Amino acid sequence: MADLSSDHAITKQDESLTSLPFDLDEALSFPVRYSSSDDSPVEGTPTEPDWHPVVMNFPAVDPDDSAGHCTVCMEGFRSSGEGGRRMPCGHAYHASCITTWLSLGHSATCQKQANYGHFVIGGRNPLRQVPARQVYNNSKSFFPSILDLDASPQRARTGPSFSAPPALPSETLNTSAGACARPSMSSPETASERTVRHAFGNVLAFFVLLLIGVLAFSIRLFSVIKYESVIHEFDPYFNYRVTQFLTKNGIYDFWNWFDDRTWYPLGRVIGGTVYPGLTLTAGTLWWVLHSLNIPLSVETVCVFTAPTFSAFASWATYLLTKEVKGPGAGLAAATLLGMVPSYISRSVAGSYDNEAVAIFALIFTFFLYIKTLNTGSLFYATLNAISYFYMVCSWGGYTFIINLIPIHVLLCIVTGRYSSRLYIAYAPLVVLGTLLAALVPVVGFNAVMTSEHFASFLVFIILHVVALVYYIKGILSPRMFKVAVTLVLSIGLAVCCAVIAILIAVVASSPTKGWSGRSLSLLDPTYASKYIPIIASVSEHQPPAWPSYFMDINVLAFLVPAGIIACFLPLSDASSFAVLYIVTSVYFSGVMVRLMLVLAPAACIMSGIALSEAFDALTGSIKFQLLGFSTENSQVGVGDASPDNAPAQKNAVKSDASENTLKDRTSRKNKKKEKERGKEEQGGQSSLQSQIKMRLQVLPLESSIIGVFLLIMLGAFYVVHCVWAAAEAYSAPSIVLTSHSQNGLHVFDDFREAYAWLRHNTEVDDKVASWWDYGYQTTAMANRTVIVDNNTWNNTHIATVGTAMSSPEKAAWEIFNSLDVKYVLVVFGGLVGYPSDDINKFLWMVRIGGGVFPHIKEPDYLRDGQYRIDSQATPTMLNCLMYKLSYYRFVDADGKGFDRVRQTEIGKKHFKLTHFEEVFTTHHWMVRIYKLKPPKNRIRGKAKKSKLKASSISSSKKSTKIKKNPWL
Amino acid sequence: MKLIRLALPIWSLVLLCVLHASSSQEIQIVNAERRIDLSSHIVKVFLTLKIENTGTSPVSDVLLAFPPTQANHLALLKAQAATGKRKKKTFTFLDVYPAELPEGPNGTKYFSISLHSKLGAGEVVTLEVLYMLTHSLDPFPEEISQSESQLVYYRDSAILLSPYQVKQQITFIKTPSSKIESFSMVEPTNRAGAELKYGPYENHSPHSYSPVIIHFENNNPFAVVEELVREIEISHWGSIQITEQYKLAHAGARHKGVFSRVEYQSRPGHSGISSFRHLLARLPPRVHSVYYRDEIGNISSSHLRLDSKKSELEFEPRYPLFGGWKATFVIGYGLPLEDFLFELPDGKRYLNFSFGCPLVETVVNKLTVKVVLPEGSLDPSVDVPFPVEQYLEKKYSYLDVVGRTVVVLEKNNVVPEHNSPFQVYYHFNPIFMLAEPIMLTTTFFLLFITCVAYLHIDLSISK
Repeated sequence: MADLSSDHAITKQDESLTSLPFDLDEALSFPVRYSSSDDSPVEGTPTEPDWHPVVMNFPAVDPDDSAGHCTVCMEGFRSSGEGGRRMPCGHAYHASCITTWLSLGHSATCQKQANYGHFVIGGRNPLRQVPARQVYNNSKSFFPSILDLDASPQRARTGPSFSAPPALPSETLNTSAGACARPSMSSPETASERTVRHAFGNVLAFFVLLLIGVLAFSIRLFSVIKYESVIHEFDPYFNYRVTQFLTKNGIYDFWNWFDDRTWYPLGRVIGGTVYPGLTLTAGTLWWVLHSLNIPLSVETVCVFTAPTFSAFASWATYLLTKEVKGPGAGLAAATLLGMVPSYISRSVAGSYDNEAVAIFALIFTFFLYIKTLNTGSLFYATLNAISYFYMVCSWGGYTFIINLIPIHVLLCIVTGRYSSRLYIAYAPLVVLGTLLAALVPVVGFNAVMTSEHFASFLVFIILHVVALVYYIKGILSPRMFKVAVTLVLSIGLAVCCAVIAILIAVVASSPTKGWSGRSLSLLDPTYASKYIPIIASVSEHQPPAWPSYFMDINVLAFLVPAGIIACFLPLSDASSFAVLYIVTSVYFSGVMVRLMLVLAPAACIMSGIALSEAFDALTGSIKFQLLGFSTENSQVGVGDASPDNAPAQKNAVKSDASENTLKDRTSRKNKKKEKERGKEEQGGQSSLQSQIKMRLQVLPLESSIIGVFLLIMLGAFYVVHCVWAAAEAYSAPSIVLTSHSQNGLHVFDDFREAYAWLRHNTEVDDKVASWWDYGYQTTAMANRTVIVDNNTWNNTHIATVGTAMSSPEKAAWEIFNSLDVKYVLVVFGGLVGYPSDDINKFLWMVRIGGGVFPHIKEPDYLRDGQYRIDSQATPTMLNCLMYKLSYYRFVDADGKGFDRVRQTEIGKKHFKLTHFEEVFTTHHWMVRIYKLKPPKNRIRGKAKKSKLKASSISSSKKSTKIKKNPWL
Repeated sequence: MKLIRLALPIWSLVLLCVLHASSSQEIQIVNAERRIDLSSHIVKVFLTLKIENTGTSPVSDVLLAFPPTQANHLALLKAQAATGKRKKKTFTFLDVYPAELPEGPNGTKYFSISLHSKLGAGEVVTLEVLYMLTHSLDPFPEEISQSESQLVYYRDSAILLSPYQVKQQITFIKTPSSKIESFSMVEPTNRAGAELKYGPYENHSPHSYSPVIIHFENNNPFAVVEELVREIEISHWGSIQITEQYKLAHAGARHKGVFSRVEYQSRPGHSGISSFRHLLARLPPRVHSVYYRDEIGNISSSHLRLDSKKSELEFEPRYPLFGGWKATFVIGYGLPLEDFLFELPDGKRYLNFSFGCPLVETVVNKLTVKVVLPEGSLDPSVDVPFPVEQYLEKKYSYLDVVGRTVVVLEKNNVVPEHNSPFQVYYHFNPIFMLAEPIMLTTTFFLLFITCVAYLHIDLSISK
């Protein structure tokens, strides 16, 4: 506001000024020495006295009443003796400085100056009175904005002019927000018009964001529409159950909850072992709704938590990308993120998992970090720590943040980008963030004790050392400083070596080098398959196949490189962070398919940047071609025809000025093209004529239109793919299956049938054994105690169940009986062809069981290196419990015993169960529940044994077998 | 057991019986015919009594006697007086209420039928009585395996228990099939196919009792809803929303041992013959938005047939119900308001809805009907054709401020014949319909005002 009024003051002072066709933003990209100035010094006064003609037209600053100093050379106006000139933004510069600046302004070699020149050099920044949010690392936007939305550092050039016919909304979609940022140099009437236009742009951007939110929410509702409003898969059932407990018993009981329904007989302390973010979020949502008397069930709230937070995540993406490359790229990135399949796969309605809220927290934390980095505001730094705390609450993936940000800080320091903003952005995050993280029970002292967090502390120390060095450098003379450096370096190196040696010794003393198994398997992709079969057995922990990149991020995979290039032009703190983010997340997604989820936001940000830059270049060319040529004759027309320089344009245009404008604009277009296409080489032309020609080398109209068309096609392809992925690929809740046949839709609801049966027809305290995949579902849906579940914290316990499943019937009975198991649940897909059944998971049972109990040997189950259940199967396989429970009386069902998953007839068709009895089998045989026969059968067997010697021998054989069993 | 104890000959007690001496002396039953229908798990008894006043003074009440076990399981008791000859018979319903009398011998319970017009001396009236008993078929054996069929006991008396002299009586018992394992003989007893005939017996003195036990096959679904909560929510915006929460159980012989799916699927006629998997709910016509689910999600096995007279929802629980197995589920549906809500001339509104459980051939052990009146309703009153427990509750639904009045009606032991309409009367001012829209509009208006104000006020400390 203050700046605007100062603009008005100018316009009143010098009415003729208002007719100046100068656009500072264009001037910034003035490419006179673009290619030749690569070697020119960054700082220093220009050797040529010829000032930019435009600069000459600006009002001179009275040295006496101008309080500040030129922010280019950082000297006062009086001291240098050189007169200042006031720019339209209200800031004053030395005329020579600003000319140099304008001529160098856009060149890639001026990074340092771009960062330090206009805005911020520590506390000497003359623009401190400018609201923090308007300060950008990239100084091309000289004009403070009115609203946050306007604060576009780079995009300010685009947007319709006043005299131009009203732009189509689609045209202004990317650009209008930026356009509004222009300060007024025109008459008061146009200023008010402009205010209206600002408001229009803001409102438009707001509604676009709103629509993106609606899109992100509604594209995830396919699962509800096609299936039903139900919790999906496995882990969400646990989260749902915890949320139910939370809403029923309150927060204190939640922290103290010892869950005896799981890991029998060990139990599990839920409050201390769960990331509570998701649960607390949904619980809070539910509580708010109920205090408003909106009686939504806990289940409904849980189902719709993920889509809601997807909308938040796309808004956060907008904010983050806006900080990196401006609102246009922000809107594009938010749109892309709203429907990126990788994220949809984890956040469809019903997918009530940690990632649902964690991705939002991740992006928002990054946004706040970048925001702090750009503004140096302690307020945002505090928010950043709180947002990091929320992320720690939500997901184990918070270690990604606490490693990525230090790496970025280190990168900034190494590349000489240290600033007080960097300090503000990082130091509070580490201190506050670590303290807050330690409050989360599941993290606790891990926040300072595990190796995942060491990088942050190390960088914290380095940052302080660097800060100290900068401080000392500031107070010492250069010579003294050199002495001090040598002194400190020699001592510091010695101390550092000692500390690092101690640290390494401490870390090396722990077997996993202080890293958790999952982190290690990230750093060393072969680690899990070598040492931890449980981690390896989870399909989402496998490395992804190449097609999954196309499936999950689709065309973004091709746009990302373009986005990375755009980030380097020019490279700022924020864009270097974006580059770092995409590089690391690409690596992680290559290790674990699950972490494709972390890649998705990065890919969206990059692609959003690439798309918006490309659209800028192409639509800019089109506008220029269409409007620029047609108005060459008429001077007034030029004013009309400069839609993308909008606000600076006036009605009355001097012809030479208009030529200038034209040249500037064209050159800028050229530059854009270079960025995007990298095609055109523009160096070395000396004559003015050739320069003009060069600047006129905008893309031809036809190719621009084709380019826009192709980009739209690309976008359309992406949208179609995303909708398909959301509707077909990622919506199935996996607890209810469907198949299309001639008779229409056929529903396989066997899992819930079995769980409902268990819930209503067994005793409340009965223990159910199953492979760990079904643990969460059994506790949540059947409300029965399970032996192992999807929280795979106790390898031995899982191995015990695996051993039982791979043992012969009698031995398995002994193991199960020793665990008080009453029912055994197996999943069998052989009748209907459901492939992820227990027989297909059997190799993991053998492998995990054998890893702990050596009497289970994998080769006993393999014939020719394969698990087989047909007539070629090994006797151990045919006698193991899993085989028997799966195929018991299977031959009676179809007469042949043909397994449709393995596409073969089973090896052993007719057999009886001696220690188990079938108590329930679902409609399609997908879940079979067996009951352990009571032990009294054994006593009767012993009584018989005394009569018959033969049987006594066999049973004694059995008992020797049992002795191998760890449970006897 | 109690019944058998009761069944001791009680001739001697007859003389000691001083109960209602006058009426028992003055009335005698000329002819009694009982037809007991055992074809489902609800025992229906049709009793035709021809009553003569042998005394001198007119009588207005006739007593019916039940042994205590039957009285506990008595779900419904209706009586009507028949007048006219065979073809031109007209029936008038009579009031029946528990008699305010001391208990009879061995805990006999009495119900009193009050006649419309007093029965003069020497006059004869024909009464038709219908009563239903639930939980009166005891499975024996109590546990059966999948391949066995279900056998049950029925215990009753061959002779009508009555405080009056019965001159002539006969009892027919109809079983679902001709498979009758055994039955007590009280001569003369005949059996013809699925029907047993006890009697005719002549001249039995009051409170005569002759226990019989019949052991027969009954594979009909013993579907018992242990608890049913029906919530009827009225919205004056044009819809009635009904939510019914069921706890269903199979009350027949308990399932024992193995459940083999392969046998159940391959031999549907023989395996699990007493189990059931289909249920039928008769819903009112013009029903919409029907859903059927339980606590873990939708249950996909249901069909809805709509026609202009009624709607039929045929559905299956998640798994077939064998003896002793249980299942819970929720059925919900919407109905157009104008079919059920009416306005009286004095401005009062009333809801006219059917009381009982829409499932056919099921017994409800405990039925709770909750009528949720719209917010702002006043003076609710209820008119139910049979005695129920009732009280008021408050419920807070979408954005309610003062809460909705809920009329709660509770009744135990409900049979399908209780599906008769009941009425809830209340006062309602239509202005309350606008309360929530106005509230929402105001909230958003204030929100926008706040936003506008915030954007126009400069809160910064320094310029």
